[in-house]
Amino acid sequence: MTIHIQNGSLDTSISRRGFVVGTAGLTFAFTLGGLGRGIEALGAAQATKMNAWVSIAADNTITILCPGAEMGQGVLTSLPLILAEELDADWSKVKTDFAPPIPKIYGNPHPLFKGAQITAASVSVPGYYMPLRMAGAQARRVLIDAVAAEWKVPASQLTTDSSTVIHAKSGKRISYGDVVKFAQVPDEPPKVTEADLKEPSQFKLIGRKDIGRVDVPSKTDGTAQYGIDVQVPGMVHASVLEAPMDGAKAEVINMPDVMKIKGVSKVIPLPFGVAVLGDSVEAAQAGVFALKVDWDTSGATAAKFDSENAKAEYAAKGKDPNAPTHDEYKAGDALAAIANAPKVVEAAYWSEYCYHAQMEPMNAVATVSEDGKSAEIWAGTQFAALAAFIISGILQTTPDKIRIHQQMLGGGFGRRLYPDILIQATLLSKIVKKPVKLLLTREQDVSAARPRPMTHHALKAGLDADGNIVGWHHRLVSENVDAVAAPPRFKETGGKDYIGARGMDQAFYAIPNVLADYTREIRGMRVQAWRAIGAGYNKFAAESFLDEVAHATGKDSLDLRLALTKDHPRANAVIEAVAEMSDFRRKRPGHGMGIAFSDYHDTLSAGVAEVSVDQNTGKIKVHNFWIAVDPGLVIQPDHVHGQLESAIVYGLSAALLEELSVKGGAIQQSNFNDYQVLRMSDMPEIHTKIVTTDNPPTGMGEIGVVTVAPAIANAIFQLTGTRLRHLPMSAERVKAALRA
Amino acid sequence: MTVTINGKALSVEAEADTPLLWVLREHLKLTGTKFGCGVGLCGACTVHIDGKAVRSCQTQFSQVQGRKVTTIEGLSPDSSHPLQKAWIAEQVPQCGYCQSGQIMQAAALLAKNKNPSRADIVAHMNGNICRCGTYPRIVRAIQRAAREG
Repeated sequence: MTIHIQNGSLDTSISRRGFVVGTAGLTFAFTLGGLGRGIEALGAAQATKMNAWVSIAADNTITILCPGAEMGQGVLTSLPLILAEELDADWSKVKTDFAPPIPKIYGNPHPLFKGAQITAASVSVPGYYMPLRMAGAQARRVLIDAVAAEWKVPASQLTTDSSTVIHAKSGKRISYGDVVKFAQVPDEPPKVTEADLKEPSQFKLIGRKDIGRVDVPSKTDGTAQYGIDVQVPGMVHASVLEAPMDGAKAEVINMPDVMKIKGVSKVIPLPFGVAVLGDSVEAAQAGVFALKVDWDTSGATAAKFDSENAKAEYAAKGKDPNAPTHDEYKAGDALAAIANAPKVVEAAYWSEYCYHAQMEPMNAVATVSEDGKSAEIWAGTQFAALAAFIISGILQTTPDKIRIHQQMLGGGFGRRLYPDILIQATLLSKIVKKPVKLLLTREQDVSAARPRPMTHHALKAGLDADGNIVGWHHRLVSENVDAVAAPPRFKETGGKDYIGARGMDQAFYAIPNVLADYTREIRGMRVQAWRAIGAGYNKFAAESFLDEVAHATGKDSLDLRLALTKDHPRANAVIEAVAEMSDFRRKRPGHGMGIAFSDYHDTLSAGVAEVSVDQNTGKIKVHNFWIAVDPGLVIQPDHVHGQLESAIVYGLSAALLEELSVKGGAIQQSNFNDYQVLRMSDMPEIHTKIVTTDNPPTGMGEIGVVTVAPAIANAIFQLTGTRLRHLPMSAERVKAALRA
Repeated sequence: MTVTINGKALSVEAEADTPLLWVLREHLKLTGTKFGCGVGLCGACTVHIDGKAVRSCQTQFSQVQGRKVTTIEGLSPDSSHPLQKAWIAEQVPQCGYCQSGQIMQAAALLAKNKNPSRADIVAHMNGNICRCGTYPRIVRAIQRAAREG
């Protein structure tokens, strides 16, 4: 059967794209060849390919490709499920697999990514929702047309259910598996439009509570395969002591000692650090631990940076009216409104660097061909297309010559966006002319962290005589994350920082004059996206400060948020919902209650924390956390709850514990002893509620992080009268604040 | 050196001081046991030695000679251990990377305490980190496995 995948085969925005697409809103040009790879990857042998996304086998097995990475956020289930819905597939016979990195076919059309094939920002479901429904409807149309021709009945008399085409008039039924035995997929696939799609009330799969995630069983018996599990014949093991900062050059001072370690075969100084190769993991790791390196940091920007000492300079910039800034959000004239206001409240907030601490240390297996012009790579990555693009440049070939075998990700959280480890493994394979398995130790993984930046926030609110907020100014001082993580977008926008400034806007609050702006620190740190990106710290500052304003004007923090969102019913509804489920106004002796609201990429949420604090140690105990969320239409309800639980834990960990310190450009922490993350004993009871609306689905991977820190800070204030303005709210910091 | 792994007596060529973790993963290709921190702080590498939960990254190969090692692959012949069933029923795993270690840790608890309290569970499981924050579901799954057996 001939298959034609061409522009226009699906009536959606992705299919009309040319050969140049944006990457993460960036402007990399992709010249694509070898589209056949995507098709080959489809399904079982002998299966009939209905289109680029789905194939159907005679035994009724349906294989649906997932364009994104699976890191626990559930897209390996939720995206195929959306297609299966419109195909009217028997879900029990559906298999799902990863699509190869071919952005032209599998890119995410979401406005944020403009066709780049990237798994980030909680926009997989919203971005792919329509194209996958169209692809499912199109495949269903092909099946129906084939049966109509075969049975000589009008297609309009045929219906489908659970992988079966039905002709009600005659009582005839035929399974999809039997249809593909005779069906010809037309060269010009049938055109489908939104009118061919189901009404949500007709959904049979979307919204079902009893459909589990397809990857769960393999994650209970050790069979799920991650990058770290890949073994290829003839491979050598490698570990890398990465330069503690960009621009540091290594001089290995004990090369002979390291070479003496049993099993170590090579020590290779490289621009990014020092690699040790050996015949076993333990040999490579022992070699890296034994390395003594003099780092020449004369060319490294970060070498002069000390996260503690720099704070005075950050704070000065927060106050400097002449500091160069970019506006993130502007309504009216906030500076004038504040200047003319009878009362002004101001406060400064901080957050420290955070490490992703994904459980699977960074790794990749790579093998470069003999001629050096193609490579195969096995890794779990959030951005395989970028890896293929960069590596093709390094090998002076084309991206289609870089074959990436997507594996399960042992945690992503943003760390697996930038393909540094895939690049390193490929370079090492090119040098040693063998397959190389590169695995970082945890210590290397920490010191090579790509952290969330340290941030300073200067907030000011102007209040009128009645205590209404007439002006709001939020100034962020931080390294620019886009400048490091998304340089093309950084250039295209004239130096803006999409990632770092997320959450500074006040789109849902009725405040007449708002200015949210940011000024850039250049410190040379390798900052990257971290779950919930800028919203994590910006909403901590803004939602805490809003409570300060409420207190200064004698207002109730819940009443104030309800009043400010009165023009936004969906926002208002999640605040009402969380207040009700937490019984927010009920006093708990010895405990404080705090509330916060946040949007994140079109998902809305409100959270409430119930806390107590040990006055002697400063340790905060969170007893309960309630969250209400409006993600529009819900694809997998149980998994929405699961994502909320997950994000709340991630948010709690960041709020209370997580902190990297930097001296002379080098991260000072090394493992889970000095980089603490939340453990089971610190878990509150988590209560989640979905406020269902008929709006299009929005993402669920990150929203739960955002309200945790401000809700806790607000609860601590209610309990103690002490305002915590610095993340993390570690015991030491809280103790100092309580005694100040 | 001879060692019994998942009920089979195996002869393995490895240095005496090689961490059991790497013997399992690299020599025997039992990759369900995961590397997380290498220093016994995260629990991703948890296996059973003579029925007790231990960190395989902190166990030298020589220490398991003549003893019985059980990994996630050997917990049940067909993924039917009550914990594995409960883990699916409660949809515990997200990224899943730590879950072999979580299940092995939990299995050692249920083997000695058929009806653990919540406090028992937390005390026993506290050394196992899950960055996806599946802790609430881990607790529920252990309680379910204890209940349903």
